[in-house]
Amino acid sequence: MNALLAMTVDPWIAALALLTVAVTVAMGFWSAGKSKSAGDFFVAGRSVSVGWNASAISGEYLSAASFMGVAGMVMLNGYDALWYPVCYACGYLFLLLFIAGPLRRFGAYTIPDFAEGRYDSPLFRKIAVCFVLFIGFFYTMPQMKGAGTTLAYIFPGLPYWAGVVVVGAVITLNVSLGGMKGITLVQAFQYWLKMFAIAVPIFVLAAVVGHYHEHLGANRTAQEAGRAIPVEVARSGLPAKAPTDEQWIAPFGSLTTKAVDNALKSAPSPEVKSELEAARRPYSLLYTYSLIIALVCGTAGLPHILVRFYTNPDGVAAKRTTMWVMILIGVFYVFPPVYGVLGRSLTPELYDAVGAKGTDKVVLELPTLLAGKDHPLLGSILSGITCAGAFAAFMSTFSGLLVSMTGALAHDIYGRILRPQSTPEQRLKAFKWSSVIVGALAVALGTQVEKPNINFLVGQAFAIAAASYFPLLFMSVWWRGMTMKGAAAGMLGGGLAALAAITLTTLSDVYSVKSLADFWVAHPLLRILCEQPAIWAVPLSIGLMIVVSKATSADVPADVRMKMLVLHAPEALGLKQEYIKEHEGLGH
Amino acid sequence: MPTLRWMGYPTPMKEPPTDPIHSDAFLTKLMRDQLKLSITCTLCFAVALIALPLLNYWQPELMARRIGGFTLTWLILGVLFFPFVWVISYVFIRRSIALEKAEAEAAKDGSRS
Repeated sequence: MNALLAMTVDPWIAALALLTVAVTVAMGFWSAGKSKSAGDFFVAGRSVSVGWNASAISGEYLSAASFMGVAGMVMLNGYDALWYPVCYACGYLFLLLFIAGPLRRFGAYTIPDFAEGRYDSPLFRKIAVCFVLFIGFFYTMPQMKGAGTTLAYIFPGLPYWAGVVVVGAVITLNVSLGGMKGITLVQAFQYWLKMFAIAVPIFVLAAVVGHYHEHLGANRTAQEAGRAIPVEVARSGLPAKAPTDEQWIAPFGSLTTKAVDNALKSAPSPEVKSELEAARRPYSLLYTYSLIIALVCGTAGLPHILVRFYTNPDGVAAKRTTMWVMILIGVFYVFPPVYGVLGRSLTPELYDAVGAKGTDKVVLELPTLLAGKDHPLLGSILSGITCAGAFAAFMSTFSGLLVSMTGALAHDIYGRILRPQSTPEQRLKAFKWSSVIVGALAVALGTQVEKPNINFLVGQAFAIAAASYFPLLFMSVWWRGMTMKGAAAGMLGGGLAALAAITLTTLSDVYSVKSLADFWVAHPLLRILCEQPAIWAVPLSIGLMIVVSKATSADVPADVRMKMLVLHAPEALGLKQEYIKEHEGLGH
Repeated sequence: MPTLRWMGYPTPMKEPPTDPIHSDAFLTKLMRDQLKLSITCTLCFAVALIALPLLNYWQPELMARRIGGFTLTWLILGVLFFPFVWVISYVFIRRSIALEKAEAEAAKDGSRS
């Protein structure tokens, strides 16, 4: 096996990827020395500037799904996949408009802190902590898939699971040593690395093999079918598995119509077939809206992103940070679809492969085409750069998630629930052990998801966040009448229903459960509603919150006016209250 | 080495004093003004997010029209949506900061008089 690896590994690609890992780990170790207190570990002592924080949030947010998954999904599904990057960015706007400022003014380390502080309920904290872990684990799976795919690309003989284990172990070690202070610096650096790694290779590639609009123009729309249109770029022949040009370039293509198309293949009668044909586009529209709701609301409910708002010095800085995050990620998101479009023209063989060898690796694979255009060295270096970007992508997001989930375990479950009397030393030790437990679980789950598309998996984590944390935050910030029981009923009802629906579809896809597959074929609408549950789960969650809060209105916290003032009053009035403070007299 | 102390639980925040800043009327106005601004900005991008799939559904030929190689709908979703969102967020942040400043000054004036 060593001989096989030595023969096929491109030294440039391996060296640049290794360099990224080495720099990331070194930065983690270097800044670990600066993380002294428990406060440093959890929210970097709240001393991060807008520029650093915006770069760090963007670095953490731009995951394997953004770097590899969007390109792979655009190549696979065409237009419909564009909703992902757009809604990832729009979700931030939603966060800015309704949540960012109030949340920072409230002052707490984590979302469970907010949940407990808003309702004075330690029970509610426990419920909120569960969702940090649910959403976190769903979000780590695609990061692990990115890791396995990239390592299998760099070392062609290496099995997928080995890549997941190696990367998972390195990141877990880094987090357990550095904490969040280390991660802030690393995340900010990694945003700029990812931006460089996605932009530079595509400019060079486009200059050699043709530009974005030229490759897109080579795909005929339904109106152009049969007409002779001038094609400005060379295209390889598409395999049978690839969607046709008309399906790919137009809205309501293979992503959103898959459930109906599967049902059509085994329609028992012509009547059923014509009914399904008639339902194809309306169902597709429904899928699109549900996806939009999941992605826009889900962004506002991601636990590992929200915790970063507490690292802003004040609410105004939190808003400015969000604005800069949108610019940074918006510029980034223009590029991955370009890889998808060029990939369809130039690497169509990826349509025939599945798992780690499929379209998810188009970002890594595409630059090597330059080797066939008499630029072998340039092709290797650029592919090495995109591999480095991919490493930065899944390493930064996985690190952020690990900090959030470890914080939930160490800070909430150990420090608050299991051992409230523990010493700071014991808590720091618990943080390190928790990171190892969470890291190991994430690796184990990651080895199971080689088959699904990276971006699709991330979309599902967003749907759960949209139906649980988003309604909690939105309603708690803007409605005085919310009670703890209402908030808990809504978060649990909507969140668990979305979680169950998504788990059902993921399980049936990953493990090819025949009985479920048959059920989906017979009920395509139910398949769409389970695959994209946000359209019913978010209203369910909000509805439950309203109904149960009205029914338990006597339980509205007595000091709700003061809490609302803290959430909404300008900080210049001095109403801000910090919920967690370091013990006086015990400072380091 | 410091430790962490939970300030919100088990002792809830004290009931606010009765000066104008802590009054119910001030809070209601504060939340109403902020929500109005947020909803106005939301409507701008929500209309675009809702309208684009509907245009794709009802006007497929218009949305498939080519503009420099791109179809119209691809150009809107893949490129133009991002600057559109930046403009909304820029306007929101400017107005929101101005609103907070005005609220703070009005509240301080009110409590002095």
